[in-house]
Amino acid sequence: MPNDKISEIAAKQKEWEEGSLKEYVKENPERDIFTEIPAKTLYTPVDRADSEYLRDIGFPGEYPYVRGITPTMYRSRIWPMSDYAGFGTAKETAERHKHLLAHGNTHMAVACDIPTQLGYDADDPLVEAEVGLIGVSLSSLKDVEDLLADIPLDRVTIRGSTSSLVLPLWAMYTVAAEKKGFPVNKMMGDAKPDVMDEYLGRGTYIFPPEHSLRLSLDLVEYGLKHIPNLTYQINSYTIHEQGSTVVQDGAYSLATALFYVEEGRKRGTIDVGEFAARISQHPAIHTHLFEEAAKSRAMRRLWARLIKERYNPANPKAMRCVIDPNTGGSVLTAQQAEINIIRIAMEILAAAMGGCTVIAPCSYDEALTIPTKKAVTMSLRAQQIIAYESGVCDTVDPLGGSYYVETLTDRIEKEMLDFINKIEAQGGMMEVIRSGWLKKEISRSAYLKQKALEDGRQVRVGLNKFCVEEDIHYEMHKPNPQLLEIRRKDLKKLRAERDSAAVRSSLEALRKAAQGTENLMPFLQDAVRNYATIGEITRVLKDVFGEYKPKPISV
Amino acid sequence: MSKPIKVLIAKPGLDGHDRGAITLAMGLRDEGMEVIYTGLRQTAENIVRTCSQEYVDVLGLSLLSGGHNYYFPKIIDLLKENGMGHVLVLAGGIIPNEDRKSLKEKGIKEIFGPGTPISEIADFIRKNIKGEDS
Amino acid sequence: MKQDVDKLIAGAFSGDESSLGCLLTMVENDDASVSRILEVVSSKLGRAYRIGITGSPGSGKSTLIDKLVAAMRSKGLTVGVICVDPSSPITGGAVLGDRIRMEQHYSDDGVFIRSMASRGSYGGISKAVGAAVDIFDASGKDVVVIETVGIGQEGIDITKIVDTTLLVLAPGWGDSMQLMKAGVLEVADIIVINKADLGADGLADSIREILALSTRKSAPPVIQTQAFNNIGIEDLCHELENRRNEHHHKAKER
Repeated sequence: MPNDKISEIAAKQKEWEEGSLKEYVKENPERDIFTEIPAKTLYTPVDRADSEYLRDIGFPGEYPYVRGITPTMYRSRIWPMSDYAGFGTAKETAERHKHLLAHGNTHMAVACDIPTQLGYDADDPLVEAEVGLIGVSLSSLKDVEDLLADIPLDRVTIRGSTSSLVLPLWAMYTVAAEKKGFPVNKMMGDAKPDVMDEYLGRGTYIFPPEHSLRLSLDLVEYGLKHIPNLTYQINSYTIHEQGSTVVQDGAYSLATALFYVEEGRKRGTIDVGEFAARISQHPAIHTHLFEEAAKSRAMRRLWARLIKERYNPANPKAMRCVIDPNTGGSVLTAQQAEINIIRIAMEILAAAMGGCTVIAPCSYDEALTIPTKKAVTMSLRAQQIIAYESGVCDTVDPLGGSYYVETLTDRIEKEMLDFINKIEAQGGMMEVIRSGWLKKEISRSAYLKQKALEDGRQVRVGLNKFCVEEDIHYEMHKPNPQLLEIRRKDLKKLRAERDSAAVRSSLEALRKAAQGTENLMPFLQDAVRNYATIGEITRVLKDVFGEYKPKPISV
Repeated sequence: MSKPIKVLIAKPGLDGHDRGAITLAMGLRDEGMEVIYTGLRQTAENIVRTCSQEYVDVLGLSLLSGGHNYYFPKIIDLLKENGMGHVLVLAGGIIPNEDRKSLKEKGIKEIFGPGTPISEIADFIRKNIKGEDS
Repeated sequence: MKQDVDKLIAGAFSGDESSLGCLLTMVENDDASVSRILEVVSSKLGRAYRIGITGSPGSGKSTLIDKLVAAMRSKGLTVGVICVDPSSPITGGAVLGDRIRMEQHYSDDGVFIRSMASRGSYGGISKAVGAAVDIFDASGKDVVVIETVGIGQEGIDITKIVDTTLLVLAPGWGDSMQLMKAGVLEVADIIVINKADLGADGLADSIREILALSTRKSAPPVIQTQAFNNIGIEDLCHELENRRNEHHHKAKER
């Protein structure tokens, strides 16, 4: 807009502020509004005076991708709908996923139980209290074969957030596919090789970070060659759910992705452009429609700018930031839990307004237990209603041009860059994890949020306002009481029927390779093919790599 | 001036989410209590041993992964066996309502769901810890 | 809790940890039985070798202590550790976060870890801490380690209740001016430069300069460590071992 027009508006705005606004607030004072990024009463073209559309915003599907990663976004294709499910045995989990797939899901997100994520077999006495509780128990290739038996791998993308053992897990997925006669190079997957969040609050770390990094990059190296449809997820979901601000969530995601890209580049065998093009960011979307939409837009622009500046890769897709979030569970309440479906719907809407791809929602009973079938289906329906009935998919980037949202986008981008610079000034991602600085920052945000809730400045309906006396009772998922027995029998049978000598020699070969620098995927595939268990594999890797001992934060 | 109340916040089992535990530790400090946080992946035995060494007044168990019916009774038994039966044991995290009755019968004095204000927990502690005459 | 104090003491001295914990709490809370406790304890002192460890924030003190305790355990010594953290002057509360760094010792019967808040005592070393050290000594610990903060004038209190005082610093922590204010520098028996991989020479030089200006008769040894990587711990242990033997030798002579 020409400068004289801006000045004219600015002058009129001042009049309005000193006239109508001032008059009105005398009788109608503004409420105390609590939000992460302070919002003004009004945003106008004056706030956009320094913005240039072509330089800063541009067109969807082109650098800097603010308005979207494709030219038509949801006009061509509604975002794929995913979910996160897992409990009990592989067969039980497969049933839940088949149900979801029949109802319209296209992605199968497998939640593994904690013993699996930490590399303990289901019959290990150390973990008997936790088998199959918050995820599926996968101890060997046999379980994965059961899981994938009836899943049409040509139509379904496998995803999951197991990260410390992502390489052995994908060894099992690829071998299971092979045995089904499905070509590995046609598999579709979203793997999570990002382990950094484990050290920051997800908690399922195993090896020291430098060794986990090696396993992650082994997956990337293998995947870029053999599984072209595998994407690599950066999980800032944990960070946001641990209490970080919107800015810290986005900044962590980009900083971590940049870290992996750089470490991949240092290896010499991973092409920056190819790798960057297959990364997807996995933040948590909370309920503030505008901050979250702006965050997604800002992430896209900042990623494009930083990748271009640092690497200028030939592949334009490398600068295209794919954001593939989960809705945030931490803002859901146990109180009046059914109302959470509205929060989830708002989060889905915020993600769609922000131009995200693949949205994975929580379920309304999340605050009480593992989601029931009913709850999970409700969340899927919420996605479908928003996609088909709200208008958000009718045009690309419907919030683009909003004075508020564009200003928010600029501000969030700037603050994310500041945070990334802070991390890099301290020596990078590994260093800020090692020193505990990053965890401390996140814990501090969490504490401030808690205070705001307790003061009542942050309203959470049902929790600190509009509360009711209630006897909370909902349909709850029940763990199978015979589960442990079933799993023990499974493993006993497995160990009896497999070729022990082959298992031993493939584990030995794995150990030797782990001590060197070879890519461990082929060795892991051999081991799992012989039905070595996840516990046996993890023991070998722990022997070679050691175990991570956390540096506790000083609270 | 009354002596500060000593609290141990523990995370038994393998669950790795500690936002609640850490936030509670900071909050109870602001309420004038002396708080120790155990860190992740604690065995029942180590938790009880820490209670003994620190001679805590209160033990807060934080668990989100469903192992409460296994760990909590075990910890209560070990506390009694080790001369620490007087400790006020509280629980928080994700604990289904239908398990709460049996846990309370076992000896968990109160279970605080997600979203409970810290001031409420602090008040409960102050009202319920055993006085010197009990 | 009205308990028979003598029974508690007997329990504590025969290895019952909750009894020992209870005694420590009684002295912390200045319970009516404190004088009885101290009376019994005073007749059993002298076995333990007492090490006080203080240092600047971020010096890696707790990690260093964790490794030292491991080294002592490998020599078969039993250890009592007291970690002192500051109480909030506003709320009176505290987060006692040091024991978490010694997790490897949680299930070792030969290590007893106790956290204590400073509870308003300026240098962090209250009467209660002194009494706690005595109780550990009397209960049969070979070594008692006290970890505290405070390297200024207020940090000097620790020297009154221990046999050897360690000052732990790390490169990049501060400049010479701050070092001069580190009153403990005047009285520390051993100076440890931890995180030495970050460049210990500059700090070592500053320390030497300041000591040259001080009224000390002899300069203390300066030992470089990288506690996180277990480097330098053996040297430090050796130094402590010598002093411990000296201490016992002197004790026998009395």
